[in-house]
Amino acid sequence: MVEESAQPSAPEDPLLQRLRDKFGEAVVSTHSYRGDRTAIIDRGSLVATCEWLRDDPQNQFDMLMDVTAVDYLGRRPRFEVVYHLYSIEKNHRARIKVALEEDDVKVASVVSVWSGANWLEREAWDLYGIQFDGHPELKRIYLYEEFEGHPLRKDYPKEKRQPLIGPGAPEGAADGGESSS
Amino acid sequence: MATETREQFLHQDGRPGGSDLRDSFFTSRYEDALAWARKFAFFQYPFVTACCGMEYMSVTGPRFDTDRFGMTLPRFTPRQADLLLVVGTITHRQAPILRRVWEQMSDPKWVMSFGNCTNTGGPYNNYAVVQGIDSIVPVDIYIPGCPPRPEAVIDGLLKLQERIRRERSDRPVENIHGKQPALDFQAGEAGRLAPGQVKIHDV
Ligand code: SF4
Repeated sequence: MVEESAQPSAPEDPLLQRLRDKFGEAVVSTHSYRGDRTAIIDRGSLVATCEWLRDDPQNQFDMLMDVTAVDYLGRRPRFEVVYHLYSIEKNHRARIKVALEEDDVKVASVVSVWSGANWLEREAWDLYGIQFDGHPELKRIYLYEEFEGHPLRKDYPKEKRQPLIGPGAPEGAADGGESSS
Repeated sequence: MATETREQFLHQDGRPGGSDLRDSFFTSRYEDALAWARKFAFFQYPFVTACCGMEYMSVTGPRFDTDRFGMTLPRFTPRQADLLLVVGTITHRQAPILRRVWEQMSDPKWVMSFGNCTNTGGPYNNYAVVQGIDSIVPVDIYIPGCPPRPEAVIDGLLKLQERIRRERSDRPVENIHGKQPALDFQAGEAGRLAPGQVKIHDV
């Protein structure tokens, strides 16, 4: 995160400046380059920040484009959850990040702010194991319930396979319904 | 010399089998005739999951036209199909569905593995993708390519037809023989070919 805040001479992006003014300490750091703006937010203020970004007439971030995560294995904090925002009204974008420690991979759900976050957060849970507090139904979305672990984490074994049927499948696993064919 | 009237089929005394009868039929073996009919009448079930589907559309469309070789109308129920085309990436989550579709097809049935993803997993060697569908269903013909050119598919189709022409007791001609090798296939015999099965590059 050091590199993202080391921009002393660049003039602050107006939107990020207002974010800082509004939330002060909760904004850990900001970074912007040619309109590509990023703010790292303290975990506790995420929902309040998101509501302000959505509702303030100068922001109007009415669309949550994506929720994803990054695994910086070996760094502390290890995870970062990334929110890509877009304003249809204003045609501008912003990126919000929240850093999470490995032993407490929890962040508040923003489904209450953008209902489109529902499936996006499920995806981040499925593949990265990020737990979203307050999500209405946090379960896997791409992988099957029998899958163990979160495959896009950097410490997920590259060669590990968890087939449902065929070689390597658990004994008595679903075989596609052989008897009922 | 064509046989045109009923009288020409009959002997002078009215018994069937007049002198021109030999012009009106040909002799063959039962299995040969059956195989000949089968290989020109594929009822295909396209199990299409990914980008290879674009090439599937191309090869079955009017330009390349597999209809010329008897691979005609797709049937969208496996119960009416005898050729399963597995076209595109098969994930572990999809695998039980593919297996079930294959089980629902009635004998005789064949499986074409269309494209690198179905052959080996293709470019995807990861947690999600089955590394070759022959660990789930028995494959009769493998078409390489990412995606395969239509010519490659037609080539594979012709090789499959050649194989069906030669099919004999390693596969039952009819189910009443009581033998169903295809149904005895054990998921997990990855890469094992039944007797008489040939991979496309072996032909
Ligand atoms: S073999 Fe290539 S073209 Fe075909 S489904 Fe796989 S990636 Fe797509």
